[in-house]
Amino acid sequence: MESHRKLSKPSSWTMSTTAKKRSKRSIAAGLYPVLAIAAFFLIWEGAVRALHIPSYLLPMPSEIFGEIYQNAGVLVHHGQATLLVILASFITSVLLGVPLALLISFSPFARRMIYPLIVFSQMIPKIAIAPLFVIWFGFGFVPKLLIAVLISFFAVVIQSIVGFTSLRPQPIRVAQSMGATRLDLFFKVRLPHALPNIFAGLKMAMASSAIGAIVGEFIASQQGLGYLVLVANGQMDTRLAFAGMLILSVMGIVLYFIVELAERMMTGWRTVQRG
Amino acid sequence: MQNIQAASRSSDAQVSFDRLKKIYATNDDDLLALNETSFSISKGEFVSVLGPSGCGKSTLLLMAAGLESSSGGTVTIGGQVVEKPYTDIGIVFQEHALYEWRTILQNIMLQAEIRRLSKSKIESRAYELLEQTGLKEFAHKYPSELSGGMRQRAAICRALVHDPSVLFFDEPFGALDALTREQMRIDLEKMWLEQRPTVLFITHGISEAVALSDRIIVMTPRPGQVDEVLAIDLPRPRTKEVLRSQKFIDYCDRITESFMRRGIIKY
Repeated sequence: MESHRKLSKPSSWTMSTTAKKRSKRSIAAGLYPVLAIAAFFLIWEGAVRALHIPSYLLPMPSEIFGEIYQNAGVLVHHGQATLLVILASFITSVLLGVPLALLISFSPFARRMIYPLIVFSQMIPKIAIAPLFVIWFGFGFVPKLLIAVLISFFAVVIQSIVGFTSLRPQPIRVAQSMGATRLDLFFKVRLPHALPNIFAGLKMAMASSAIGAIVGEFIASQQGLGYLVLVANGQMDTRLAFAGMLILSVMGIVLYFIVELAERMMTGWRTVQRG
Repeated sequence: MQNIQAASRSSDAQVSFDRLKKIYATNDDDLLALNETSFSISKGEFVSVLGPSGCGKSTLLLMAAGLESSSGGTVTIGGQVVEKPYTDIGIVFQEHALYEWRTILQNIMLQAEIRRLSKSKIESRAYELLEQTGLKEFAHKYPSELSGGMRQRAAICRALVHDPSVLFFDEPFGALDALTREQMRIDLEKMWLEQRPTVLFITHGISEAVALSDRIIVMTPRPGQVDEVLAIDLPRPRTKEVLRSQKFIDYCDRITESFMRRGIIKY
């Protein structure tokens, strides 16, 4: 009789099955890309073996993993240097980009003066200006950081401007009529509204920071995975080059998804729809 | 027709408009959005401002709430001239203006946060209002999960939760379908009858205004000013029978004829 009564209670039963379904779905969703990548590596391995492609042209994944294991120390050393540049560039882009966007969004004077300069900064080919940075700051961390920031801060500014200026007047009026101070208006209305756009800019900035760090390393440094890949290519050490590129790719993907995770946590309300 | 002059100087007026005017400066010309408008609302009165699009009635409401500056004349609430956002009101706009990133309950609790009021008191009042408007199960849902009518209901809860004595509505049912609009009107009257706050209700629906109001301020087309003031002498609550009565029909006809004379409606 007891078990019969429990079964006939609809609400708790369907809730737990929905929750179970949801977690099953997300595990399945996470599994697909992993399986896809594994399949890709298997096909790669198989193709190189079957076609007897020489290692200096296209190494096998098994060789690449072996290389990573053998040269772990070197790869970690250079990997750390690159990681540092990427993170520093990302943080600088945000600390520079968001306040600039605020200025441009809310000060007509700033918009007229600063905005054209920012657009101009993007039209300069970074490859051309990088040697200039080397002349001014020498080889090393600073020119790499400058190149990466130059490439990545623009997306943050543009997206944040959209986020701040796309707010309609009614939500502001609602808060004003409650007696909101300017700080209230910013933190409770303008910023939450702008956050989805800002995160779009952050995702782009993370990807650009990774590219910028590598470009910087090509030109202005003797450290980092970009430098390593360049040197390995020059010495026809294709295995090492691939190892470096693989680590770079993984690093980039992980960093990007960290930003995406933060986005999901802070703007989770975007994904719910009317059932 | 009521003496407009006397009405605006009435001593027990809670909201009073005195030759209120608004001019928008644009690139080509100055736009006279609202011509000198004077009337008043007594404490506990439900007054509608009825007029065609562009007659300045929304601008009137914004100036009354202190959210827009006036180009001439004044608004006075409770004896105090409104010069900056007047906070002892509840306001409901046509767009729900709920914050997408907050749940329904969190949207209502915004009142407590910004006004620095007691959270527990406001929260219990919030749940009361949600229960009354049939939104209790949606308290922890986001606005995007609700229908248009439900969102407006939530916006009304937000406007009432801090028990303001004055309420402003700017075409609150304008974006809703006809059936929902009908139901919201019935529900709004029911809620209003409990506490009888002072209400300024902007609308362009003739039957809606007659069904809800104690008095109707009929506006001319742009540049808007007061055309006539109509006292609605109908029993409350305004049931289906009242809405079918000859008196109700006569009120609606009178306003329709006024609109036809002004060219707002042409048959």
